[in-house]
Amino acid sequence: MIGGIFSVRFPHPLRMPAIQSPVSEEVHPDVALVARAKAGDTAAFEQLVRQYERQIFRVAQHITQNREDAEDITQDAFLKAYEKLEQFQGNSKFSTWLVRIAVNESLMRLRKRKTSKTVSMDEDVQTEEGSIPRDFAEWRPNPEEQYNQAELGDILRKTIQGLPPGFRTVFTLRDIENLSTEETAEALGLSVPAVKSRLLRARLQLRERLSRYFRQKKEGQPA
Amino acid sequence: MNCTDLLSHLGDYFDEQLSADLREELQAHTAGCQHCRVVLDTTHQTIAVYKGNEIYEVSNELRERLHVAIMAKCIKK
Repeated sequence: MIGGIFSVRFPHPLRMPAIQSPVSEEVHPDVALVARAKAGDTAAFEQLVRQYERQIFRVAQHITQNREDAEDITQDAFLKAYEKLEQFQGNSKFSTWLVRIAVNESLMRLRKRKTSKTVSMDEDVQTEEGSIPRDFAEWRPNPEEQYNQAELGDILRKTIQGLPPGFRTVFTLRDIENLSTEETAEALGLSVPAVKSRLLRARLQLRERLSRYFRQKKEGQPA
Repeated sequence: MNCTDLLSHLGDYFDEQLSADLREELQAHTAGCQHCRVVLDTTHQTIAVYKGNEIYEVSNELRERLHVAIMAKCIKK
């Protein structure tokens, strides 16, 4: 099993090649689409919408945990992007800029919902609760073998809902939407070390909570 | 490397940002520590199970509805 763990490789989109040639540097296809959209080409903007509408919806739903809010936020985020397109300077990827708009809209929506309590990226992240491993049972058989897809989906939704918004958002962008650490930091207005710290704690808290469902059952214990 | 050190390096380990030396130390520690081996394995499974299961599916119907609404809002402006 150890060999299996250590052989896992995670993609790292920002990893640069050892030797860089300016000739081989590729321009992201979004750059041309954004330029055309800025010039008033609505078909180009529509293509950007097609590319990112699913992702923006998922991000909004993960943060707000509410489908109707996520639909509204997706529409508002694209409208805001359309209105502010002139302000997009291309210092970051268009998708990162868009995610940042959607995250801000989502957090605003959460704040409105919880009128007596502020909601920000910093909420609840001071707590160490759940970040220190306490469950040391192996997960056997693996989650996909223990539960069918619908049951597994319910468990995963329930579990991530229990994370504070600051952790949930970092985990969503890094581990579900596959943004790099740097892109996540940019989208959330956090430093890279803050993203790394929150991501680790989010992963450990989720692990601890999922262990209640996935831990190897002792003999004689009902499944 | 002890168990606390391992925890502090876990993030960099999963993101392949750990130096070769630290990676070796971490692997040597987990070879002899059952608890850390389980934490490493189940944290990896946590990431994998979320990556492998789209928990908020966006159906084609929802996507189309969203798309039409987005474009209607933007073009109206």
